[in-house]
Amino acid sequence: MSTPRPPLSPFAAAVGAAHRDGELVVQPRMGFPDTGRMREGLLAVRAARARTVGTVTVDSYTRVGDHASARAALDAGTDLNGYPIVAHGPAAVRRMLDGLLGGASDDGKPGNDEPCDGEPGDNEPGFAVQIRHGSADPLPIVETLLAAGLDATEGGPVSYCLPYSRTPLADAVSAWARACELLAERSGGTAHLESFGGCLLGQLCPPSLLVAMSVLEGLFFRRYGLRSVSLSYAQQTSPAQDAEALAALRLLAAEYLPGLDRHLVLYSYMGVFPRSRHGALALLRAGAELAARTGVERLIVKTPAEAHRIPAVQDSVLALEVAAAAARSTPPSYGAPDDREFGVLAEARALVEAVLELAPDIGTALIRAFRTGLLDVPYCLHADNANRSRGFIDGLGSLQWRTAGAMPVRTAAGPEARAPRAEELIDMLSYVQRAYDQGARLGTPAPTPLKERS
Amino acid sequence: MNSTLVERRRRHVVVSGVSSDAHTWNLVFLQLLLEEMGHQVTNLGSCVPDRLLIDECRRLRPDLLVISSVNGHGALDGGRMIALLRELPELRALPAVIGGKLGVAGAEAGSFGPALLAAGFDAVFEEADGTEAFRRLVGEAPPALEAVSPEPAPGTEAAPPAPVSPAGVS
Repeated sequence: MSTPRPPLSPFAAAVGAAHRDGELVVQPRMGFPDTGRMREGLLAVRAARARTVGTVTVDSYTRVGDHASARAALDAGTDLNGYPIVAHGPAAVRRMLDGLLGGASDDGKPGNDEPCDGEPGDNEPGFAVQIRHGSADPLPIVETLLAAGLDATEGGPVSYCLPYSRTPLADAVSAWARACELLAERSGGTAHLESFGGCLLGQLCPPSLLVAMSVLEGLFFRRYGLRSVSLSYAQQTSPAQDAEALAALRLLAAEYLPGLDRHLVLYSYMGVFPRSRHGALALLRAGAELAARTGVERLIVKTPAEAHRIPAVQDSVLALEVAAAAARSTPPSYGAPDDREFGVLAEARALVEAVLELAPDIGTALIRAFRTGLLDVPYCLHADNANRSRGFIDGLGSLQWRTAGAMPVRTAAGPEARAPRAEELIDMLSYVQRAYDQGARLGTPAPTPLKERS
Repeated sequence: MNSTLVERRRRHVVVSGVSSDAHTWNLVFLQLLLEEMGHQVTNLGSCVPDRLLIDECRRLRPDLLVISSVNGHGALDGGRMIALLRELPELRALPAVIGGKLGVAGAEAGSFGPALLAAGFDAVFEEADGTEAFRRLVGEAPPALEAVSPEPAPGTEAAPPAPVSPAGVS
């Protein structure tokens, strides 16, 4: 009680409060070009029957630093796939968020059209918003969000460089180092940063590399001053393997990032989404149940609109409520999964340790790791990625390494080691979509251990 | 179709995304598909600025340019890029096609085909579920491609490059 704790980002505080209440925080992906529409979306997310935090996803022009094209599209009234936060500027963002953040009595301005009759205690953090962007050079975005009074965002020097840009990795490492320092300094030390390392290309990457990348980016964030981080993992093809990966991620986060405020965030499946409404909702529920079972603090949802178009506000609200309901009806499973069934923990630890041995500085170590192929993202076309590794879905639906280049992981021998043909690649990419559209459910809440099946 | 097979030869195809699109599974798939059809592929990857794409086409002089986009900015970025590319006399006759999820709204919202054809593409493949039309086109390229009257009818064309949902980023 008497120890003065460093203040937390309202975003991290909201997640922490929900976790203490035994509730999963659910969060949409959401970005509209217009400030008014964006505000309407955030209000709808806040009002959803779920424990929510809000998202402002920036558009693709802003992500690649082409703010002139974003501005031109706004002037011409052309639709964009997100909110161009830099082109709008901090004053517009403040207007958008006016009266929307925090508890009901917090900063309520005259003209706030949302009188709330809850009783927010002093410790009730209330509604918080995160900026999501995908940029390899996030400095203009970070400057804008800080100037608008926000302090929560996401990404990482590897996870927003290799899969999503042409920026050389060394440049992204420098840019992210500066962005982290700016976030830490200008927020007064409260800022929260989430690693996108648990997604990478979203599909066909065995979990050990996803877990290792999240931990390594967490170490990078700490090196550059962040004291509050979240580590991510994206739902893959096998619930049993996913549960093992999340357990491994939590354990390695505790080992490598002690003393930091931290939580885990699960991304609803990031690959080719089911086309049918029933399939999409079943996949969404499976992710929410995975999160609840494994004690994950926050879930970012996808929607039944995903396979067809960018979701509308009501699509996101529905997804948030469906996910929250599924999580509430799923008890946590205290029996830790057997961490040797898929070997995720051992592989992830081997990857992290091998990278940290390359250099005392984490940024340098990451650059050297990709140069030497010690880290190698499957199917990633970036010039700084070796692109010699390949993942595949095995007969039991889990992700395995077909080839791994120079990475210290176990690969499959035999006929599966040949390169996939185009049709096989599509088959693997649509494995989850097909299963859920056909009404199947991958895995079960209590999957049969491998040894009992063989 | 036998005549197509007889006439087919190994062609050099440049596969590329557009300037603001970070998706790559579509590009990985197209490269595999074209290589299996016997063609040589240079894959420029994602987020390719207009200038870089045009410079690479001038340098490589491919037989065909295949643009794929799934982030909803394909019509905007692709239209702007192809207009710039067609300004160069040496690239005016380069066969060039575009496909994928080309707008922010779903396929039902309308077709970008006519505008993209007017801007300079030789064929447009919007949102669909197969690759047959694209395979036929590539099998016949390039001599037959210039004679193909492009079909802007949306939904009837097969789209090669849309295996990934639109929100892959963040």
